[in-house]
Amino acid sequence: MAGLITMDDLSNDEIQSILEDAERLLPVAEGKIYLPLLQGKILGNLFFEPSTRTRMSFETAMKRLGGDVVNLGDVKTSSVVKGETLFDTIQMVDGYTDIIAMRHPRQGAAQYAQDAARVPILNGGDGAGHHPTQTMLDLFTIKQAHGRLDGLKVILAGDLRYGRTVHSLSHALTRFGCELIFASPKLLRMPAEIVEDLTAHGANVVETEDLFSSLEEADVVYMTRIQKERFADEDEYTKVAGAYKLHASNLEGTKEDMIIMHPLPRVDEIHPSVDKTRHARYFEQAFNGVVARMALLCRLLGVKVPEDISPAGGEL
Amino acid sequence: MSQEHNMRRVTAIRNGTVIDHIPSGQAMRVLEMLNMNKTTSVPVSMVMNVPSKKMGTKDIIKVEDRELTQDELNRLALVAPEAHVAIIRAYSVAEKMTIQIGEEVTNVVRCTFSNCITTNPREPLAHRLRVMGREPLVLRCHYCGRPQDLEKLIGNLL
Repeated sequence: MAGLITMDDLSNDEIQSILEDAERLLPVAEGKIYLPLLQGKILGNLFFEPSTRTRMSFETAMKRLGGDVVNLGDVKTSSVVKGETLFDTIQMVDGYTDIIAMRHPRQGAAQYAQDAARVPILNGGDGAGHHPTQTMLDLFTIKQAHGRLDGLKVILAGDLRYGRTVHSLSHALTRFGCELIFASPKLLRMPAEIVEDLTAHGANVVETEDLFSSLEEADVVYMTRIQKERFADEDEYTKVAGAYKLHASNLEGTKEDMIIMHPLPRVDEIHPSVDKTRHARYFEQAFNGVVARMALLCRLLGVKVPEDISPAGGEL
Repeated sequence: MSQEHNMRRVTAIRNGTVIDHIPSGQAMRVLEMLNMNKTTSVPVSMVMNVPSKKMGTKDIIKVEDRELTQDELNRLALVAPEAHVAIIRAYSVAEKMTIQIGEEVTNVVRCTFSNCITTNPREPLAHRLRVMGREPLVLRCHYCGRPQDLEKLIGNLL
Protein backbone atom coordinates (compact mmCIF):
# COMPACT_ATOMS: atom_id res chain seq x y z
CA MET A 1 0.00 0.00 0.00
CA ALA A 2 1.28 3.46 -0.83
CA GLY A 3 2.38 5.76 1.95
CA LEU A 4 3.19 9.45 2.19
CA ILE A 5 6.87 10.09 1.43
CA THR A 6 6.75 13.50 -0.25
CA MET A 7 3.89 15.86 -1.07
CA ASP A 8 4.08 14.52 -4.65
CA ASP A 9 2.25 11.46 -3.34
CA LEU A 10 -0.92 13.54 -2.95
CA SER A 11 -2.86 15.41 -5.63
CA ASN A 12 -4.33 18.83 -4.82
CA ASP A 13 -7.78 17.25 -4.65
CA GLU A 14 -6.54 14.60 -2.23
CA ILE A 15 -4.92 17.29 -0.07
CA GLN A 16 -8.20 19.22 0.06
CA SER A 17 -10.22 16.12 0.81
CA ILE A 18 -7.86 15.06 3.65
CA LEU A 19 -8.06 18.60 5.09
CA GLU A 20 -11.87 18.33 5.00
CA ASP A 21 -11.66 15.00 6.86
CA ALA A 22 -9.37 16.69 9.40
CA GLU A 23 -11.88 19.50 9.89
CA ARG A 24 -14.62 16.98 10.70
CA LEU A 25 -12.30 15.10 13.06
CA LEU A 26 -11.60 18.18 15.21
CA PRO A 27 -14.04 17.26 18.03
CA VAL A 28 -12.46 13.78 18.12
CA ALA A 29 -8.96 15.28 18.35
CA GLU A 30 -10.19 17.56 21.14
CA GLY A 31 -11.48 14.54 23.05
CA LYS A 32 -15.12 15.68 22.87
CA ILE A 33 -16.26 12.69 20.85
CA TYR A 34 -14.91 9.15 20.92
CA LEU A 35 -14.76 7.69 17.44
CA PRO A 36 -12.87 4.38 17.26
CA LEU A 37 -12.42 4.32 13.49
CA LEU A 38 -9.02 2.65 13.78
CA GLN A 39 -9.85 0.08 16.46
CA GLY A 40 -7.73 -3.03 15.99
CA LYS A 41 -5.10 -1.17 13.96
CA ILE A 42 -1.52 -0.75 15.14
CA LEU A 43 0.83 2.12 14.30
CA GLY A 44 4.59 1.48 14.48
CA ASN A 45 6.42 4.62 15.61
CA LEU A 46 10.00 4.42 14.34
CA PHE A 47 11.88 7.53 15.38
CA PHE A 48 15.58 7.11 14.71
CA GLU A 49 16.24 10.67 15.82
CA PRO A 50 14.68 12.88 18.48
CA SER A 51 11.13 14.05 18.05
CA THR A 52 8.61 15.42 20.51
CA ARG A 53 5.66 16.82 18.60
CA THR A 54 5.65 14.52 15.61
CA ARG A 55 5.99 11.31 17.61
CA MET A 56 3.51 12.36 20.33
CA SER A 57 0.94 13.68 17.87
CA PHE A 58 1.05 10.46 15.84
CA GLU A 59 0.54 8.51 19.04
CA THR A 60 -2.29 10.78 20.18
CA ALA A 61 -3.94 10.66 16.75
CA MET A 62 -3.88 6.87 16.71
CA LYS A 63 -5.23 6.55 20.27
CA ARG A 64 -8.00 9.14 19.79
CA LEU A 65 -9.23 6.94 16.93
CA GLY A 66 -9.17 3.79 19.07
CA GLY A 67 -6.00 2.37 17.53
CA ASP A 68 -2.83 1.30 19.27
CA VAL A 69 0.84 2.21 19.00
CA VAL A 70 4.11 0.31 19.34
CA ASN A 71 7.32 2.29 19.65
CA LEU A 72 10.86 1.58 18.56
CA GLY A 73 11.93 3.24 21.80
CA ASP A 74 15.35 4.72 22.30
CA VAL A 75 17.61 4.01 19.33
CA LYS A 76 20.51 3.55 21.75
CA THR A 77 18.89 0.49 23.27
CA SER A 78 17.29 -0.97 20.12
CA SER A 79 18.69 -3.40 17.59
CA VAL A 80 19.79 -0.42 15.46
CA VAL A 81 22.76 0.08 17.75
CA LYS A 82 23.82 -3.49 16.99
CA GLY A 83 24.16 -2.51 13.34
CA GLU A 84 20.81 -3.67 12.01
CA THR A 85 20.06 -2.27 8.56
CA LEU A 86 16.98 -0.14 8.00
CA PHE A 87 15.79 -2.85 5.61
CA ASP A 88 15.83 -5.49 8.36
CA THR A 89 14.23 -3.18 10.94
CA ILE A 90 11.42 -2.45 8.49
CA GLN A 91 10.93 -6.15 7.72
CA MET A 92 10.36 -6.78 11.41
CA VAL A 93 8.10 -3.80 12.19
CA ASP A 94 6.17 -4.37 8.97
CA GLY A 95 5.11 -7.71 10.37
CA TYR A 96 4.00 -6.22 13.68
CA THR A 97 1.98 -3.24 12.47
CA ASP A 98 -0.58 -1.92 9.97
CA ILE A 99 1.16 1.40 9.27
CA ILE A 100 4.52 2.95 10.15
CA ALA A 101 5.45 6.54 11.04
CA MET A 102 9.17 7.10 10.68
CA ARG A 103 11.82 9.75 11.21
CA HIS A 104 15.39 9.04 10.18
CA PRO A 105 18.57 11.14 10.03
CA ARG A 106 19.43 9.94 6.51
CA GLN A 107 17.79 11.55 3.48
CA GLY A 108 15.83 9.11 1.34
CA ALA A 109 15.24 6.76 4.28
CA ALA A 110 11.45 7.07 4.03
CA GLN A 111 11.35 6.09 0.35
CA TYR A 112 13.78 3.27 1.11
CA ALA A 113 11.54 2.04 3.92
CA GLN A 114 8.48 2.23 1.67
CA ASP A 115 10.24 0.12 -0.96
CA ALA A 116 11.09 -2.43 1.74
CA ALA A 117 7.66 -2.49 3.41
CA ARG A 118 4.20 -3.84 2.63
CA VAL A 119 2.43 -1.43 4.98
CA PRO A 120 2.21 2.31 4.26
CA ILE A 121 5.04 4.53 5.54
CA LEU A 122 4.32 8.04 6.81
CA ASN A 123 7.46 10.12 6.44
CA GLY A 124 7.99 12.05 9.67
CA GLY A 125 11.21 13.60 8.36
CA ASP A 126 14.20 12.15 6.50
CA GLY A 127 17.43 14.11 6.96
CA ALA A 128 17.07 17.48 5.25
CA GLY A 129 14.60 15.89 2.83
CA HIS A 130 10.84 15.99 3.35
CA HIS A 131 8.32 16.28 6.16
CA PRO A 132 4.93 15.94 4.44
CA THR A 133 2.80 15.25 7.53
CA GLN A 134 4.04 18.56 8.95
CA THR A 135 3.05 20.18 5.65
CA MET A 136 -0.46 18.76 5.96
CA LEU A 137 -0.88 20.29 9.42
CA ASP A 138 0.63 23.55 8.16
CA LEU A 139 -1.84 23.63 5.27
CA PHE A 140 -4.67 22.85 7.69
CA THR A 141 -3.60 25.78 9.89
CA ILE A 142 -3.39 28.13 6.91
CA LYS A 143 -6.78 27.04 5.63
CA GLN A 144 -8.32 27.42 9.07
CA ALA A 145 -7.11 31.02 9.23
CA HIS A 146 -7.70 32.15 5.66
CA GLY A 147 -10.44 29.80 4.47
CA ARG A 148 -8.38 28.94 1.40
CA LEU A 149 -4.91 27.87 0.29
CA ASP A 150 -4.66 29.49 -3.10
CA GLY A 151 -3.13 32.81 -4.00
CA LEU A 152 -1.69 33.68 -0.58
CA LYS A 153 1.53 35.57 -0.01
CA VAL A 154 3.74 33.50 2.28
CA ILE A 155 7.09 34.45 3.83
CA LEU A 156 9.26 31.49 4.80
CA ALA A 157 12.05 32.70 7.08
CA GLY A 158 15.14 31.44 8.88
CA ASP A 159 16.97 28.23 8.05
CA LEU A 160 15.66 27.32 4.61
CA ARG A 161 18.64 25.17 3.72
CA TYR A 162 18.36 22.43 6.30
CA GLY A 163 14.73 22.93 7.31
CA ARG A 164 12.82 20.02 5.80
CA THR A 165 9.47 21.49 6.88
CA VAL A 166 9.95 24.47 4.57
CA HIS A 167 11.05 22.22 1.69
CA SER A 168 7.83 20.21 1.70
CA LEU A 169 5.66 23.26 2.45
CA SER A 170 7.05 25.39 -0.37
CA HIS A 171 6.35 22.58 -2.86
CA ALA A 172 2.76 22.33 -1.68
CA LEU A 173 2.13 26.09 -1.60
CA THR A 174 3.48 26.39 -5.13
CA ARG A 175 0.88 23.90 -6.30
CA PHE A 176 -1.83 26.12 -4.85
CA GLY A 177 -0.47 29.20 -6.61
CA CYS A 178 0.89 30.98 -3.56
CA GLU A 179 3.49 33.69 -3.85
CA LEU A 180 6.61 32.71 -1.89
CA ILE A 181 9.18 34.96 -0.25
CA PHE A 182 12.27 33.16 1.06
CA ALA A 183 13.94 35.27 3.75
CA SER A 184 17.18 33.76 5.00
CA PRO A 185 20.86 34.45 5.59
CA LYS A 186 23.03 33.62 2.55
CA LEU A 187 24.47 30.55 4.23
CA LEU A 188 21.02 29.09 4.86
CA ARG A 189 19.30 29.82 1.54
CA MET A 190 16.78 27.43 0.06
CA PRO A 191 18.73 24.71 -1.85
CA ALA A 192 19.16 25.67 -5.51
CA GLU A 193 17.56 22.45 -6.78
CA ILE A 194 14.39 23.19 -4.81
CA VAL A 195 14.17 26.76 -6.12
CA GLU A 196 14.71 25.37 -9.65
CA ASP A 197 11.96 22.80 -9.12
CA LEU A 198 9.57 25.43 -7.81
CA THR A 199 10.18 27.86 -10.66
CA ALA A 200 9.87 25.01 -13.17
CA HIS A 201 6.40 24.46 -11.70
CA GLY A 202 5.53 28.09 -12.30
CA ALA A 203 6.24 29.36 -8.79
CA ASN A 204 6.55 33.03 -8.06
CA VAL A 205 9.59 33.04 -5.76
CA VAL A 206 11.53 35.97 -4.30
CA GLU A 207 14.75 35.35 -2.36
CA THR A 208 15.86 37.99 0.13
CA GLU A 209 17.96 38.45 3.26
CA ASP A 210 15.47 40.96 4.63
CA LEU A 211 12.62 39.48 6.64
CA PHE A 212 10.90 42.77 7.38
CA SER A 213 10.58 44.48 4.00
CA SER A 214 7.56 42.44 2.85
CA LEU A 215 5.98 41.79 6.25
CA GLU A 216 3.12 44.23 5.59
CA GLU A 217 1.95 42.39 2.47
CA ALA A 218 2.19 38.87 3.90
CA ASP A 219 -0.77 36.60 4.64
CA VAL A 220 1.43 34.01 6.37
CA VAL A 221 4.84 34.36 8.03
CA TYR A 222 6.43 30.96 8.59
CA MET A 223 9.39 31.22 10.98
CA THR A 224 12.03 28.51 11.52
CA ARG A 225 14.85 28.08 13.96
CA ILE A 226 18.37 29.03 12.99
CA GLN A 227 20.70 26.55 14.64
CA LYS A 228 23.96 27.64 16.20
CA GLU A 229 25.84 24.59 14.94
CA ARG A 230 25.35 25.67 11.31
CA PHE A 231 27.82 28.53 11.84
CA ALA A 232 31.60 28.46 12.10
CA ASP A 233 31.69 30.83 15.09
CA GLU A 234 29.26 32.15 17.66
CA ASP A 235 29.69 35.83 16.73
CA GLU A 236 28.56 35.13 13.19
CA TYR A 237 25.56 33.18 14.50
CA THR A 238 24.54 35.96 16.90
CA LYS A 239 24.78 38.55 14.12
CA VAL A 240 22.82 36.51 11.59
CA ALA A 241 20.19 35.05 13.91
CA GLY A 242 19.45 38.55 15.23
CA ALA A 243 18.14 39.59 11.83
CA TYR A 244 15.47 36.87 11.87
CA LYS A 245 13.68 37.60 15.12
CA LEU A 246 10.10 38.73 15.38
CA HIS A 247 8.95 40.97 18.20
CA ALA A 248 5.39 42.25 18.71
CA SER A 249 6.67 45.72 17.80
CA ASN A 250 7.51 44.47 14.29
CA LEU A 251 3.90 43.64 13.60
CA GLU A 252 2.47 47.14 13.32
CA GLY A 253 1.10 47.76 9.87
CA THR A 254 0.77 44.09 9.03
CA LYS A 255 -2.48 42.67 7.65
CA GLU A 256 -5.23 42.08 10.18
CA ASP A 257 -5.51 38.40 9.31
CA MET A 258 -1.80 37.70 8.83
CA ILE A 259 -0.74 34.61 10.78
CA ILE A 260 2.65 33.69 12.23
CA MET A 261 3.54 30.02 12.20
CA HIS A 262 6.51 28.01 13.47
CA PRO A 263 7.08 24.23 13.42
CA LEU A 264 8.55 24.53 16.98
CA PRO A 265 10.63 24.22 19.04
CA ARG A 266 11.47 27.92 18.90
CA VAL A 267 14.45 29.50 20.58
CA ASP A 268 14.65 33.29 20.16
CA GLU A 269 13.18 33.77 16.70
CA ILE A 270 9.71 34.60 18.00
CA HIS A 271 9.70 36.81 21.09
CA PRO A 272 7.09 35.82 23.73
CA SER A 273 5.52 39.26 23.20
CA VAL A 274 4.14 37.88 19.91
CA ASP A 275 2.31 35.03 21.68
CA LYS A 276 -0.56 37.22 22.79
CA THR A 277 -1.11 38.94 19.46
CA ARG A 278 -3.92 37.84 17.13
CA HIS A 279 -1.25 36.78 14.63
CA ALA A 280 0.29 33.97 16.69
CA ARG A 281 -0.80 30.55 15.47
CA TYR A 282 2.09 28.26 16.38
CA PHE A 283 0.44 26.59 19.35
CA GLU A 284 -2.77 25.90 17.39
CA GLN A 285 -0.50 24.65 14.63
CA ALA A 286 1.12 22.17 17.02
CA PHE A 287 -2.33 20.96 18.11
CA ASN A 288 -3.36 20.62 14.47
CA GLY A 289 -0.64 17.99 14.16
CA VAL A 290 -3.02 15.59 15.87
CA VAL A 291 -6.03 16.22 13.67
CA ALA A 292 -4.05 16.31 10.40
CA ARG A 293 -2.36 13.03 11.30
CA MET A 294 -5.69 11.47 12.28
CA ALA A 295 -7.01 12.26 8.81
CA LEU A 296 -3.83 10.91 7.18
CA LEU A 297 -3.89 7.68 9.20
CA CYS A 298 -7.50 7.07 8.15
CA ARG A 299 -6.76 7.84 4.50
CA LEU A 300 -3.70 5.60 4.26
CA LEU A 301 -5.40 2.76 6.11
CA GLY A 302 -8.35 2.98 3.74
CA VAL A 303 -10.81 3.96 6.49
CA LYS A 304 -13.44 6.47 5.45
CA VAL A 305 -14.09 9.37 7.80
CA PRO A 306 -17.90 9.65 8.15
CA GLU A 307 -19.56 12.78 6.73
CA ASP A 308 -21.45 13.31 9.96
CA ILE A 309 -19.36 12.49 12.96
CA SER A 310 -21.49 13.40 15.97
CA PRO A 311 -24.06 10.57 15.86
CA ALA A 312 -21.51 7.89 15.00
CA GLY A 313 -19.56 7.98 18.25
CA GLY A 314 -21.56 9.73 20.92
CA GLU A 315 -20.37 12.55 23.11
CA LEU A 316 -18.14 11.88 26.08
CA MET B 1 40.14 9.36 -42.10
CA SER B 2 37.91 6.42 -42.89
CA GLN B 3 36.29 4.09 -40.42
CA GLU B 4 38.14 1.14 -42.03
CA HIS B 5 41.46 2.88 -41.46
CA ASN B 6 40.65 3.29 -37.75
CA MET B 7 39.69 -0.32 -37.46
CA ARG B 8 42.95 -1.45 -39.03
CA ARG B 9 44.94 0.02 -36.17
CA VAL B 10 44.19 -3.26 -34.41
CA THR B 11 43.49 -6.57 -36.08
CA ALA B 12 39.98 -7.60 -36.95
CA ILE B 13 38.52 -10.01 -34.42
CA ARG B 14 36.90 -13.30 -35.33
CA ASN B 15 34.30 -13.39 -32.59
CA GLY B 16 33.43 -10.87 -29.91
CA THR B 17 32.35 -7.26 -29.43
CA VAL B 18 33.50 -3.93 -30.87
CA ILE B 19 32.56 -0.82 -28.89
CA ASP B 20 32.86 2.24 -31.11
CA HIS B 21 32.18 5.96 -30.65
CA ILE B 22 33.52 6.14 -27.12
CA PRO B 23 34.39 9.78 -26.25
CA SER B 24 38.15 10.31 -26.38
CA GLY B 25 39.87 9.34 -23.18
CA GLN B 26 36.94 7.35 -21.77
CA ALA B 27 38.02 3.88 -22.93
CA MET B 28 39.62 2.99 -19.59
CA ARG B 29 36.46 4.05 -17.79
CA VAL B 30 34.37 1.97 -20.15
CA LEU B 31 36.47 -1.10 -19.30
CA GLU B 32 36.06 -0.24 -15.64
CA MET B 33 32.28 0.08 -15.99
CA LEU B 34 32.12 -3.29 -17.70
CA ASN B 35 34.28 -4.77 -14.92
CA MET B 36 36.82 -5.75 -17.56
CA ASN B 37 39.73 -3.78 -16.17
CA LYS B 38 40.84 -6.43 -13.69
CA THR B 39 38.91 -9.62 -13.98
CA THR B 40 38.64 -10.37 -17.69
CA SER B 41 40.66 -13.25 -19.17
CA VAL B 42 39.75 -12.65 -22.83
CA PRO B 43 41.97 -10.55 -25.14
CA VAL B 44 40.99 -6.86 -25.16
CA SER B 45 42.39 -4.29 -27.64
CA MET B 46 41.94 -0.59 -27.21
CA VAL B 47 42.69 2.40 -29.39
CA MET B 48 42.44 5.92 -28.05
CA ASN B 49 42.14 9.36 -29.65
CA VAL B 50 41.68 8.16 -33.22
CA PRO B 51 40.07 10.59 -35.69
CA SER B 52 36.30 10.45 -36.03
CA LYS B 53 34.08 12.33 -38.46
CA LYS B 54 31.26 12.58 -35.97
CA MET B 55 33.17 13.16 -32.75
CA GLY B 56 36.51 14.70 -33.79
CA THR B 57 38.40 12.00 -31.94
CA LYS B 58 37.20 8.85 -30.24
CA ASP B 59 38.24 5.64 -28.51
CA ILE B 60 37.44 2.09 -29.67
CA ILE B 61 37.53 -1.17 -27.73
CA LYS B 62 37.54 -4.70 -29.14
CA VAL B 63 36.79 -7.61 -26.84
CA GLU B 64 37.46 -11.07 -28.23
CA ASP B 65 35.31 -14.11 -27.59
CA ARG B 66 32.77 -12.28 -25.52
CA GLU B 67 29.42 -10.84 -26.56
CA LEU B 68 28.23 -7.91 -24.46
CA THR B 69 24.59 -7.99 -23.42
CA GLN B 70 22.23 -5.03 -23.76
CA ASP B 71 22.23 -4.68 -19.96
CA GLU B 72 26.02 -4.46 -19.86
CA LEU B 73 26.00 -1.93 -22.66
CA ASN B 74 23.40 0.21 -20.91
CA ARG B 75 25.84 0.65 -18.02
CA LEU B 76 27.88 2.86 -20.32
CA ALA B 77 25.20 5.56 -20.51
CA LEU B 78 27.10 7.69 -17.99
CA VAL B 79 30.43 7.89 -19.87
CA ALA B 80 29.70 6.95 -23.47
CA PRO B 81 26.04 7.66 -24.24
CA GLU B 82 26.73 7.65 -28.00
CA ALA B 83 28.61 4.35 -28.02
CA HIS B 84 27.74 1.85 -30.73
CA VAL B 85 28.33 -1.83 -30.31
CA ALA B 86 28.80 -4.47 -32.96
CA ILE B 87 28.71 -8.16 -32.13
CA ILE B 88 31.16 -9.95 -34.39
CA ARG B 89 30.74 -13.57 -35.42
CA ALA B 90 33.09 -15.18 -37.95
CA TYR B 91 34.66 -11.81 -38.79
CA SER B 92 31.37 -10.15 -39.73
CA VAL B 93 28.92 -7.94 -37.91
CA ALA B 94 26.16 -10.21 -36.69
CA GLU B 95 24.29 -7.67 -34.57
CA LYS B 96 24.34 -3.93 -33.85
CA MET B 97 23.30 -2.38 -30.56
CA THR B 98 23.03 1.12 -29.14
CA ILE B 99 22.65 2.22 -25.54
CA GLN B 100 19.08 2.34 -24.36
CA ILE B 101 18.50 4.51 -21.34
CA GLY B 102 15.30 3.52 -19.62
CA GLU B 103 13.46 5.36 -16.87
CA GLU B 104 16.10 4.39 -14.34
CA VAL B 105 19.78 3.53 -13.99
CA THR B 106 19.75 0.60 -11.60
CA ASN B 107 22.70 -0.87 -9.69
CA VAL B 108 25.35 0.82 -11.81
CA VAL B 109 26.41 3.63 -9.47
CA ARG B 110 25.76 4.77 -5.93
CA CYS B 111 24.13 8.16 -5.18
CA THR B 112 26.76 10.87 -4.62
CA PHE B 113 25.00 12.56 -1.69
CA SER B 114 26.92 11.81 1.50
CA ASN B 115 23.80 11.65 3.71
CA CYS B 116 21.72 9.43 1.42
CA ILE B 117 20.37 6.24 3.01
CA THR B 118 22.11 4.21 0.28
CA THR B 119 25.59 5.23 1.54
CA ASN B 120 25.35 2.39 4.08
CA PRO B 121 26.91 -0.47 2.07
CA ARG B 122 24.97 -3.04 4.09
CA GLU B 123 21.56 -1.78 2.97
CA PRO B 124 20.43 -4.39 0.44
CA LEU B 125 17.94 -2.59 -1.86
CA ALA B 126 18.97 -1.64 -5.40
CA HIS B 127 20.78 1.62 -6.11
CA ARG B 128 18.32 3.51 -8.30
CA LEU B 129 18.79 6.77 -10.17
CA ARG B 130 15.81 8.22 -12.01
CA VAL B 131 16.40 9.59 -15.50
CA MET B 132 14.98 13.15 -15.50
CA GLY B 133 16.53 14.23 -18.82
CA ARG B 134 18.39 12.49 -21.62
CA GLU B 135 20.32 15.15 -23.54
CA PRO B 136 22.14 16.03 -21.43
CA LEU B 137 21.71 13.15 -19.05
CA VAL B 138 20.06 14.34 -15.80
CA LEU B 139 19.79 11.86 -12.95
CA ARG B 140 18.23 12.03 -9.50
CA CYS B 141 18.44 9.51 -6.69
CA HIS B 142 15.18 7.57 -6.36
CA TYR B 143 15.50 7.66 -2.56
CA CYS B 144 16.91 11.04 -1.49
CA GLY B 145 15.89 12.96 -4.63
CA ARG B 146 19.25 14.74 -4.96
CA PRO B 147 20.40 15.67 -8.48
CA GLN B 148 23.61 13.86 -9.41
CA ASP B 149 26.88 15.34 -10.64
CA LEU B 150 27.89 12.98 -13.46
CA GLU B 151 31.64 13.51 -12.94
CA LYS B 152 31.36 12.58 -9.25
CA LEU B 153 28.99 9.76 -10.06
CA ILE B 154 31.55 7.96 -12.19
CA GLY B 155 33.71 7.70 -9.07
CA ASN B 156 30.84 5.81 -7.40
CA LEU B 157 30.69 2.80 -9.71
CA LEU B 158 29.38 -0.32 -8.08
